[in-house]
Amino acid sequence: MSKKNNDSSFTVLAKLLRYTKPYTFYLVFTIISAIVSAIATLYAPVLIGEAVDFIIDINNVNFEKILPIIVKLAIVVLIGAGFQWFMGYCTNILTQRTVRDLRTDAFNKLQRVPLRYIDSTPHGDIIGRVVADIDTVSDGLLQGFQQIFTGSVTIIGTLCFMFSINVGIALVVILITPVSLLVASTIARLCSKKFKEQAALRGQITGLAEEYIGNQKVVKAFSREEYSEEKFEELNAKLYKVGVRAQFYSALTNPSTRFVNGLVYAGVGIFGALSAIGGGITVGQLSAFLSYANQYTKPFNEISGVVTELQSAFASARRIFALTESDDEISDADNKVLTDVDGNVKIDHVDFSYVPERELIKDLNLDVKSGQQIAIVGPTGCGKTTIINLLMRFYDTDKGTISVDGNNIKDVTRDSLRLSYGMVLQETWIFEGTVRENIAYGKQDATEEEIVAAAKAAHCHSFIKRMKDGYDTIISDNDGISQGQKQLLCIARVMLAMPPMLILDEATSSIDTKTEMKIQNAFAKMTKGKTSFIVAHRLSTIKNADTILVMDKGKIIEIGNHEQLLAKNGFYAELYNSQFKKS
Amino acid sequence: MRKLVKYLKKYKKNVILGPIFKLTEAVFELIVPLVMAQIIDVGIANKDSGYIWKMGGVLVLLGVCGLGFALICQYMASVASQGFGTELRRDLYHHINTLSHKEVDEFGTPSLITRLTSDINQLQVAVAMLIRLVVRAPFLVIGSTIMAFMIDVKLALIFVIVIPLVALVMWLVTTKTIPFFKSIQKKLDKTSLITRENLVGARAVRAFSKQEYEKERFKDNAEDIEKAAVRAGKISALLSPVNAIILNLAIVAIIWFGGFSVNVGDLTQGQVIALVNYMNQILLALVVVANLVVIFTKSAACAARVNEVLDAKPSIVGKETTEANSNSSAPAVKFDDVSFSYHDNSEYALEDISFTAQKGQTIGIIGGTGSGKSTLINLIPRFYDTSKGSVNVYGTDVRNYSLGDLRTKIAVVPQKAVLFSGTIRENMKWGGDDITDEQIWRALKISQAYEFVEKLENGLDYEILQGGKNLSGGQKQRLTIARAIAADPEILILDDSASALDFATDAKLRTAIKENCTNMTVFLISQRANTVKNADQIIVLDDGKMVGIGTHKELLQSCTDYCQICLTQFSAEELEKEINGDE
Repeated sequence: MSKKNNDSSFTVLAKLLRYTKPYTFYLVFTIISAIVSAIATLYAPVLIGEAVDFIIDINNVNFEKILPIIVKLAIVVLIGAGFQWFMGYCTNILTQRTVRDLRTDAFNKLQRVPLRYIDSTPHGDIIGRVVADIDTVSDGLLQGFQQIFTGSVTIIGTLCFMFSINVGIALVVILITPVSLLVASTIARLCSKKFKEQAALRGQITGLAEEYIGNQKVVKAFSREEYSEEKFEELNAKLYKVGVRAQFYSALTNPSTRFVNGLVYAGVGIFGALSAIGGGITVGQLSAFLSYANQYTKPFNEISGVVTELQSAFASARRIFALTESDDEISDADNKVLTDVDGNVKIDHVDFSYVPERELIKDLNLDVKSGQQIAIVGPTGCGKTTIINLLMRFYDTDKGTISVDGNNIKDVTRDSLRLSYGMVLQETWIFEGTVRENIAYGKQDATEEEIVAAAKAAHCHSFIKRMKDGYDTIISDNDGISQGQKQLLCIARVMLAMPPMLILDEATSSIDTKTEMKIQNAFAKMTKGKTSFIVAHRLSTIKNADTILVMDKGKIIEIGNHEQLLAKNGFYAELYNSQFKKS
Repeated sequence: MRKLVKYLKKYKKNVILGPIFKLTEAVFELIVPLVMAQIIDVGIANKDSGYIWKMGGVLVLLGVCGLGFALICQYMASVASQGFGTELRRDLYHHINTLSHKEVDEFGTPSLITRLTSDINQLQVAVAMLIRLVVRAPFLVIGSTIMAFMIDVKLALIFVIVIPLVALVMWLVTTKTIPFFKSIQKKLDKTSLITRENLVGARAVRAFSKQEYEKERFKDNAEDIEKAAVRAGKISALLSPVNAIILNLAIVAIIWFGGFSVNVGDLTQGQVIALVNYMNQILLALVVVANLVVIFTKSAACAARVNEVLDAKPSIVGKETTEANSNSSAPAVKFDDVSFSYHDNSEYALEDISFTAQKGQTIGIIGGTGSGKSTLINLIPRFYDTSKGSVNVYGTDVRNYSLGDLRTKIAVVPQKAVLFSGTIRENMKWGGDDITDEQIWRALKISQAYEFVEKLENGLDYEILQGGKNLSGGQKQRLTIARAIAADPEILILDDSASALDFATDAKLRTAIKENCTNMTVFLISQRANTVKNADQIIVLDDGKMVGIGTHKELLQSCTDYCQICLTQFSAEELEKEINGDE
């Protein structure tokens, strides 16, 4: 579902600049500071040169002239350094705040996108955008621009100073410039190609490691360690070859720069010395030229290095904007708030499919009276969970309407609709936080007694008490507690919130049968008088439902209560009897 | 650390010669200001243009040779660092494969993968820098100082004061910022965590309408990062301006005191310029040193993390060759008073388990969540070692087998259906490379996967994507069962591996196994009483203890836990029928 963002670099840049708008103050100061500090840095060699010109020979040193110059030099250096620090400070604030805003925006977007987006985009991909891509943007783009900016100021400034001292020698430097540009851009091109290959291979290695180390237990069970190592080594050897190249090419930058610098230095040295003989330039000016020559190619390199970084930053920025600019759920701000729900649910001629080519639900009709219990059964993939997606309006119907107490659910706010349901799903959800926070998720102001009561009703209390810090134990999705315990906590969460309608989708699939029996009693108490929808594998748990929907391939093929359906001797009866068939 | 140094040994030549070439380049670089001083003092003073051209040529030559030497060094560094990383990666991967479940559980898969990938990448960078820069940068600093001493001892004292001062500044800044960077990294991990939680739990968040709460949670985290980063930035932005101030003031001092020396004839004008150049060179080298400090601090942490894995010893090591021939008339599996706990001194996960499974029998294992079912079967292929008692396979203690011999006798189908990227055929051949297509089709038939595989476009050549994304849960489960059966094991363990199958398919599967695999000893773990009902023996586990063993009928009479389980899954009439059926 992730849309490609084909914005031009210019548009991307404009969008990014919008994010820096609140911090224009810092942006302006960054620019001013960059200019001031660059000029100060460039002015220092001139002053040094002037001073050197008064140190000529024995008894030919003019201290009176030198003193004001070096005082000036010290002041210039202090000013330059001060502004350099200020520039670093401003850029840092600018960058960090922009990153923060960008990241918060990206995350907030996730709360507004239709579930279809989240279901159809790999989660690793979205997390990559929120975390790594935004870092790449901050490293590459914002700092890159700082470098490009100071770099250009330095280059222009250097040229101006050189021309002001001596046009001839400045021309020599300019003649060598294309060489440094060529070298820098060649290296950058070589690198970016190899880096891409290297990144792809690294990705493959990570993928393989995730697959084989992540499932090492299976590898061991089949004694396939050698096989997995062979597969790994295959990629590893490829990575070595590409890695040596990539590393070598990128290592070319510094020596090549130094070489070009060396050429500039030699050129300035020769022509400077020659014109010094002719009196066209003083020795001090020559020394100033030499310090420029020493650093002249540095900004070129920085800029060409930044170009590759910029490219990847733009790529990352596009990925971020593709997320933040994807379509929101249709706004429901003006819709009615659903209150005092009785629980009459009507499904009227509903069609729905996830992908247009594959028809799933066709002309579904159902009329549920307040307080009824509806069970949905059928083979995997028959559309049971889809009905729940539609009831909760996680997805919108393609045709037909669903209404609650006579209100079309498209005309009420999503929040009020969803809050009327308590939902427990097969996939548990625990976030990092204390057990208490996890239970009280749906009712922030719950009292301690209420929380404990809910935990007791969901049979969590005893195992929570056994945890290290009881209700204050910090848990997360991947450690500490078993799947069954997680499911019990999710049940406790709903028991605490006590909404007017219930949806249980395989809510007890990971819980052992003994506990499940007790939970069923608690559910029975809770669902009493409430409309509830139950999806279950074990037919024994739904036998008492008012209406059982038997679904197959997206359609309701049988409908009735347990006795009626058994009497019908159709699909349901077969399903039910297969449980007890002797094999 | 010593462990990692071993990997560099093979590249001894590169590690020693690389820096030597680099040093030669640096020496040339140090000669450059001297040559320039000669040009000024001899060439310009004597107006000798021939001399200037000659010395200019020397400058160019120094540059060309320097470039050559530097490139050799960079190449050596690339080969050594990539080779180092490749071999370390290979060995680490191999080592991870030798680790037992216990160690892998302790480290956690994501952490192992990070160590294998990004930690080793970081170490590669460190090795390259070690060869390229560790000698060069300090050498330039020290070399410049020595050159200064050769020119003038008194003025060289300025260098002696400046260098420790700069070192102090760098030390202060880095030690102050490192803790910040560490905490930022931790907070970034939290960013990923919250994002992941919100993607996985998108339904839960919306069902409880907690979008605003989650936004707030994320914003707090993003602001935390921003604050820490800005604070760290304030300090690290100090580094280069402060160093620039120190070095430029040193230049001021050189000019002032140099002026005196020239005035009395101790020094020439060119030499003063050379001293200024050396000071500038130190400034450039120090920038590199600052980067090195950061790289090596990071790498030390990575090295420690990699070492930690390399130092972990597998807790389970098989015998080189299997001792004692297995006896085919002995019981296939025998547990002798087995107790087991996952961590030393913690509560037993299994306690005093004894039973005997004869060859060809089907053993059912049933019990609640966390009752120890999976733990029990994990002891048979010796994924874990017992804490007390012994597990025997064909009359021989599992500890006397080589792991390969033991595990080829046994095939495990784990709870989570895991397939590897590659064709179906490749996956089916995990039990041995000599498995024929015919055997595969037979296994697919038994596991009820024949029909859907046959319908696939490419049949056995169908490419399974990573994580089996292009198959449904039920299809994956059937394929993992087929994979185990294709291996034609003597003992087959199905760990609740039919949970995604509907009752009818589950029943067909069990019948097919019974009919086709008469010599196989089969362990069936399930939460469904129906699945284990027809087993030769059923083991009932509760909280790690065996509370019953026997056939379905025996247990219905004798084991209350078993009766309870059945009660929740069968109707009372049916049970009554079962119990009274034989009377």
